[in-house]
Amino acid sequence: MIIRKMLFASVAIACVAGPFSALAETSGKKIALSNNYAGNSWRQAMLTSWDKITKDAVAKKIVAAADPFTTAENQATEQAAQIQNMILQGYDAIVINAASPTALNGAIKEACNAGITVVSFDGIVTEPCAWRIAVDFKGMGESQVEYLAKKMPKGGNLLEIRGLAGVSVDDEIHAGIQAGAQKNPQFKIVGAVNGDWAQDVAQRAVAGILPSLPEITAVVTQGGDGYGAAQAFAAANRPTPTIVMGNREDELVWWKQQKDKNGYETMSVSIAPGVSTLAFWVAQQILDGKQVKKDLVVPFLRIDQANLETNLASTQKGGVANVEYSLEDAQKVISSAK
Amino acid sequence: MKISSGTIRLIIPAASLALLLAAVFYMQPRAMSYTGLNLLFNLAVPIALATVAQMLIMAVNDLDLSMGAFVSFCACVTATFLQASPAIGVLIFLGAIAAYAVIGVVIHVRELPSIVVTLGMSFVWGGLAVLMLPSPGGEAPIWARWLMTSRPPFVPMAIVASIVIAAVTHFVIMRSSVGVLIRGIGGNVRSVERAGWSVIRIRAGTYALAGFFAVLSGITLVGLTTSADANIALRYTLLSIAGVILGGGEFVGGKVSPIGAVIGALTLTLAGSFLSFMRISPDWQIGAQGAILIVVLALRLFLNRLEKREKGR
Repeated sequence: MIIRKMLFASVAIACVAGPFSALAETSGKKIALSNNYAGNSWRQAMLTSWDKITKDAVAKKIVAAADPFTTAENQATEQAAQIQNMILQGYDAIVINAASPTALNGAIKEACNAGITVVSFDGIVTEPCAWRIAVDFKGMGESQVEYLAKKMPKGGNLLEIRGLAGVSVDDEIHAGIQAGAQKNPQFKIVGAVNGDWAQDVAQRAVAGILPSLPEITAVVTQGGDGYGAAQAFAAANRPTPTIVMGNREDELVWWKQQKDKNGYETMSVSIAPGVSTLAFWVAQQILDGKQVKKDLVVPFLRIDQANLETNLASTQKGGVANVEYSLEDAQKVISSAK
Repeated sequence: MKISSGTIRLIIPAASLALLLAAVFYMQPRAMSYTGLNLLFNLAVPIALATVAQMLIMAVNDLDLSMGAFVSFCACVTATFLQASPAIGVLIFLGAIAAYAVIGVVIHVRELPSIVVTLGMSFVWGGLAVLMLPSPGGEAPIWARWLMTSRPPFVPMAIVASIVIAAVTHFVIMRSSVGVLIRGIGGNVRSVERAGWSVIRIRAGTYALAGFFAVLSGITLVGLTTSADANIALRYTLLSIAGVILGGGEFVGGKVSPIGAVIGALTLTLAGSFLSFMRISPDWQIGAQGAILIVVLALRLFLNRLEKREKGR
């Protein structure tokens, strides 16, 4: 009898206390993720992060639902239709990684008119009614040269590995590297190749240009190309320069090997796929009634000599180093934008 | 009462559209409203126009693999020249339509396979689109935006537009003498030739008409999206072909149905929404879309066989 009474009492307390402790303002709100592409390791990690963080948030009754949708063909018109379907499904907020910065504007406008909060990240959109979580790619490029300037005050010759020609991300990182080299005139970019963010392409390109180059002190990169560059230097029997890495697992493994062997020093920088979870929390905060600026900047994920091991341990084989963002991280990003 | 074979051809697409619509309404009652119907179908309007364009090409036994690239090109022209200096924009469109007529003539005179020529042209259109709009952007002309977001009383814009497109093309293809000639080339070139008609002229005209509808498709697409990019409509090549087939058309023989083509385009759009409402994982969505197509086509083959058996008796 007593046990039963105690059970009743605890249930009653849980019922009364529950709404005050666990439930936020957004407990009845539904958030959808509209994603245009899932065909590489970065996007897969992005979806896994979303799944992990949002499942937890749903279980804690912070939001009612957070469903991910990916279009099958990576086409803007298909994603526009997907967004319009989400309007019909009655979502309160839509988080978007867009196939095109402009071609979804019509559908996004429809969503805004229906009173839906739209937050875009990574692939951002230009429609003024949507929020944008952009990556400071220029700052990412500049930070590489700044790191090198600190490490080697005397300067030297740089080799630049660029990404896929004609993509805006490549232009922005390149602009950042150039700005950094201008500020630190002791560094001279003596050669540039396109590595297409792929190790095999980067290796071939670097191997091709190496014979024509003087001694290289450092290689500035865009991610996904550092390991290939290292292989090219080794194959040509040239001393390994300081190669800035891009958070890919193979790059970190190589770095760790060199570090253990001869104390090799470098740094690694890229965007964490977990930026999707940051977008989720920003959407939740907007639904909660917080004042959020339309343009936010996401910090990039940097790995240094000291925290290499911990980052390597948490990175999946063949994957990308990742962080998932918490509500507090999102609040920090929001308040720093003001 | 005898039902004509044309009507039978229309029954399957219409029935599958109705069935899908009922399923969508059941799953998402919110769609059963003015705004809901508009959201479901407004992106089908440019697809319907592209499907009609493809249908015209298929009516003369050809196939246009450059449809998606050409509509993208038209979208880029709409978002740049047509918006900034309408006169130049219209001139470019007239040039593009003339180019389509020339393609028709070349295919006819040199007896080239249309698939090869249009596949080649798709790179030309794609290249021109990138030249015009190297990075996504541009702006929709105000009138195009107004047209696509207009709210006619009682019936949503998307439905009105579909009915108008179906009615106009039905009149041109099925009721006018020009339409008979176009379908005649698909059915039997020789008899049209022997009757004293210039096949080359009809073919050029058909291609030009297809180009005209593709231009309209590009304009309406930009009216919906507000801006363009060079890859905006690449899906339309396959969507338009599937739409024609789904709507009761055939690859050869000049057997096409304009009303069916519009219904086919609507069905394809709705199938996408249906799968999305079902929460089918994206890995399976293309497959599921294919499955819907196969079911509809299998039904049609079955009916065709019935039709033949009736005639045989």
